[in-house]
Amino acid sequence: MIKFENIYKTFASRGGNVQALSDISLEVKKGDIFGVIGFSGAGKSTLIRMVNALEKPTSGRVFVEGKDISSYRGRELRNFRHNIGMIFQHFNLLENKSVFENIALPLVLLGEKKAVIRERVKELLTFVELEEKENSYPSELSGGQKQRVGIARALASKPSILLCDEATSALDPKTTEAILALLQKVNRELNITILMITHQMNVIQQICNKVAVLERGKIIEQGSVIDVFGSPKSETTRGFVRTVINDQLPQPVKEYLRSYSGPQKVYRLRFDGSNADNPVMADAIAASGARISIICGIVTVLEGKVIGFQTAQITGSEEEIDSCLKYLDSRGIKRQEVDFREEI
Amino acid sequence: MIFGVSTAKIWTSIFQTLYMVSLPLLAGIIIGFPLAVILVITRKGGLKENLWLYTSLNIFINIVRSIPFIILIVSIMPFTKLVIGTRVGSTAALLPLTCFIAPFLARLLESALLGVDKGIIEVSKAMGATTLQTIFKFMLPESLGAMILGITTGAVALLGATAMAGAVGGGGVGDLAITYGYQRFNQPLMIATVILLVGFVQLLQGLGNFLSKKTVHKK
Repeated sequence: MIKFENIYKTFASRGGNVQALSDISLEVKKGDIFGVIGFSGAGKSTLIRMVNALEKPTSGRVFVEGKDISSYRGRELRNFRHNIGMIFQHFNLLENKSVFENIALPLVLLGEKKAVIRERVKELLTFVELEEKENSYPSELSGGQKQRVGIARALASKPSILLCDEATSALDPKTTEAILALLQKVNRELNITILMITHQMNVIQQICNKVAVLERGKIIEQGSVIDVFGSPKSETTRGFVRTVINDQLPQPVKEYLRSYSGPQKVYRLRFDGSNADNPVMADAIAASGARISIICGIVTVLEGKVIGFQTAQITGSEEEIDSCLKYLDSRGIKRQEVDFREEI
Repeated sequence: MIFGVSTAKIWTSIFQTLYMVSLPLLAGIIIGFPLAVILVITRKGGLKENLWLYTSLNIFINIVRSIPFIILIVSIMPFTKLVIGTRVGSTAALLPLTCFIAPFLARLLESALLGVDKGIIEVSKAMGATTLQTIFKFMLPESLGAMILGITTGAVALLGATAMAGAVGGGGVGDLAITYGYQRFNQPLMIATVILLVGFVQLLQGLGNFLSKKTVHKK
């Protein structure tokens, strides 16, 4: 659906060139809700703007629906952009136009007939649950309502892709949830592929199925949300994951682990739907003779599935620990070793 | 007779002033708006960046605006004669007044257009709008309030300029104040006309503010 191929972007500035993106390759498949997360200045905005050619890569290619978009000019480019909706952090609604007129804009640009526009806008207002606000002006709406108008406007020309540029960053947590639910509805009911950029990990956690972590213009990690949340590789990603699933060990627990003298391994085990209801731990203990003590546990929902993370201390003889790990592997439990020696 | 001048003379002056304000203002908008649009879209980072055109137009507008109005009136007299057919009278004053107000309005409208949020321009691009659509469907409605205020400022400046149109026999309230009031030591008349002009300005500004407020829905 959307494919970035070795994208580089350099901005010329007074203090020399700034490398905004380097060697970005990623693919968004049809039906995905793909989230790109990163701190401000990581290059997220530049990246998302390349999908509708608001930004052009210095080198590398962007494919949308199989076509290299760099060749689009004039009318071709405009037609292409009608197929991509975009919503923004600050909504970018026209303040002097009513909700109806704002949503109608893309259709007016396309030269649609009044009756067609009226019908379509009514339909969209119902979809975003704002029927009664048709004649209001943006200044009379709350942030969440404004973003609903933004979403309705982005959907007006029936796009197949929706780009979300920090769409919930200006909203409070409750409104954020409502908007995310609406985006999920857009994805499921209208079958629209969504690419979103954000700095909020909870946004990724709630609706995305794929995630890429961007740091200083580079993708440092990408994959399915369960994989990235389950075993984050870099410190930055771990930091992001921690903001929503905080299973960091408390200091006294770390001290206890450090003071433990016998052979031990500490792992973060991931349980998902297939093994959540099995007494895997008990079986592992019985099969290996090792002792397992759970020192931290958390249950969350990722990609719509219940996922449990348990940090376990496995003790016993070296052989017992080894066979315990083998047993866990055989049961398909994904695990990641926890470093309890670091101070922070 | 009011303050030693016939009522007819006063009415004529008032109509001359209205004439010399309204027509050049209209012409000024017709000329100034496209110039403002060109300035906005050709500047660095604009929709149709063209630095050569931008710089030329920018300098041209500065030059015209830097000529004192009285000099402008005199210097374009041959041109006025060619276009209007006469060098004197309120109709002859229309041309220099237009030359005075058009570049000024271009600047005022330019700044109104520049006040449009960058996000609005971005959204227009993302929607696949043509340049003309971006200007008329996005920038114009979003800057209408500011434009009306700009045009009001222009109208008030134009009112001031009409006083100088007396130099080419343009007449008007300003001329009445100078020739019949000041030069004939008719202080009551002069004060009365000045009060009239103050009333004009108040009315214009009031109307401008009202219209601007009506179009703006921003809180």
